[in-house]
Amino acid sequence: MALLALSLNGPAKFFNWGFISVSIPNLIMIGCIFVLFILALVIPFPTHKEDGK
Amino acid sequence: MSTKERNVDLAKWSGPKRPYDLVKEFVIALVVVTVLVGALAALFSSPDDRAITLQQWGQNAPSDFVATATGELAGSTISAGYGAPYNTAAEGLNLGPLKIQKWAGVTIPVNPAEDFVLKPLKSSIDPAVPGAVATWNGASSDQQTKWASDYASAIEKAGDAASVTADAAYGPVPILTNALLHLAQEGSLDGLLTTQVTPLPSDFTMPMLFLADGAYFDDLGAKQHLHGDQWGMMNETGSYPGQSWLWMFSSLYQIEPFKSSENADAQIFFVLMLLNLGFIFMPKLPFINRLPRLIPFHRLIWRKYYKENNL
Amino acid sequence: MATMWTTRVRRATIERIDPQDALPDNQPSYVASWIYVFGVLTLAALAVIIGSGIWLTTKGAAWWHSSSVGHYVNSVHLWAVEMFFVFMVVHLWGKFWMAAWRGRRFMTWVTGTFCFLASLATAFTGYLIQGNFDSQWIATQAKDGLNSVGIGSFMNTLNSGQALLLHVALLPLAVGIIVVWHVILVRKNGVVPPLDAKEIAGGGK
Repeated sequence: MALLALSLNGPAKFFNWGFISVSIPNLIMIGCIFVLFILALVIPFPTHKEDGK
Repeated sequence: MSTKERNVDLAKWSGPKRPYDLVKEFVIALVVVTVLVGALAALFSSPDDRAITLQQWGQNAPSDFVATATGELAGSTISAGYGAPYNTAAEGLNLGPLKIQKWAGVTIPVNPAEDFVLKPLKSSIDPAVPGAVATWNGASSDQQTKWASDYASAIEKAGDAASVTADAAYGPVPILTNALLHLAQEGSLDGLLTTQVTPLPSDFTMPMLFLADGAYFDDLGAKQHLHGDQWGMMNETGSYPGQSWLWMFSSLYQIEPFKSSENADAQIFFVLMLLNLGFIFMPKLPFINRLPRLIPFHRLIWRKYYKENNL
Repeated sequence: MATMWTTRVRRATIERIDPQDALPDNQPSYVASWIYVFGVLTLAALAVIIGSGIWLTTKGAAWWHSSSVGHYVNSVHLWAVEMFFVFMVVHLWGKFWMAAWRGRRFMTWVTGTFCFLASLATAFTGYLIQGNFDSQWIATQAKDGLNSVGIGSFMNTLNSGQALLLHVALLPLAVGIIVVWHVILVRKNGVVPPLDAKEIAGGGK
């Protein structure tokens, strides 16, 4: 397993904006939340035929 | 909100329905998440920077170790002047008239000079130690503080504990702290500080408080961007994502009035409790509970329904 | 006998459950968005967390430092937690913008916020028991916050044994109970109708 792993053991890079300082890995996780939220709203949900009750 | 509307929200839905297999949905979700997480774990692994020992501290930063041990004897370190729950050396933090830290009491008694320095020295085989301990114990507390403070200043002035020239003004402090350094360097101090209660330890309060009093440990954290004022609460060692869900907690440490407040920890905790109450009671908060209507994401979520019903 | 305690408990619980509400095989037609799957995804991530957590528990706290299998299981545990929070936040945002607390569903919202807060505490104690530099650092930093409001007098972050027991016994139990309560409320009340759905809804319960 260890052979497969991409090394994330090096120092992280940081996004700095004013007093805000977020590590890139954290930023990616937070970005995932926004992307998933938007995609969940936009992508049509496959629906079957309604049973018409 | 009209009564009619409320009735609709309450009523059992009598409009059109469609088949929906909840159990199948859960099983598919479980398979998808298991595969996704299994792949992320294989690709990225997880961080495991080895824990720091007192031995490492003694070997890599001997001067900082001696300076910190001297500080414990002088009563000038963080632990020595902490207050509850470790000792009564300070009032602790407060929220105006509320001295909650003090009121909670000393439940984990720590006397740094005694616990970190003098007790472990009983195991030292250095022949000079018993005499130095006797001299220390025989002196008044003012004299003890003066010896230790003078030695601490000398270390600071010299820049390195090893280059401080011997002087009677430091009393037995150099012998005590250097003997402790040897205990640390040979690896026995780690055990001595964890086995005071039981030889099978699960509590690391003593060595961790001592380690955290020094600059060595603190610098290691700063290098990894882990300090509170570096948004460190959210960060992880290496390039791993950390506890990004603590962004709000972490952000409060970066802004005034907390940034420069001596009571920041207590104040931020209090603010966070208020924010959490707001979070729990969000549906009852005026304006905020109207936001879903004002910013109509729901038109997207239920677009099929609104279209079919011409709403 | 109506006065028997057993009878009362049965009437208050089992007899009030409609099997069609508990495990319905259909949903109102408006339940047609990917946003609805994030609750279930959160539950799925929790299941992976519990599974990998039980594996780590049976092997002991230090296993993963020396075993490559252990390190992998630890990695699964970590990434499942990261995913758990991602899914939970998307679920939370979805429920907020749907104003899903309407129609006596306020307690569903409240139990959801409790899930989130209890998960924070559970994750925190998990970070404390890794047995590496990270847990040393978090323990020494977090103690000041907890001490400042008196909690540190009862919960010592530097006591790994205490954190370990809280993490594997007490807190998962708390999260588990709250999650079950949350899911029961969701099933009991059904999925909230669209905002302004008054036109076609009809009939009472």
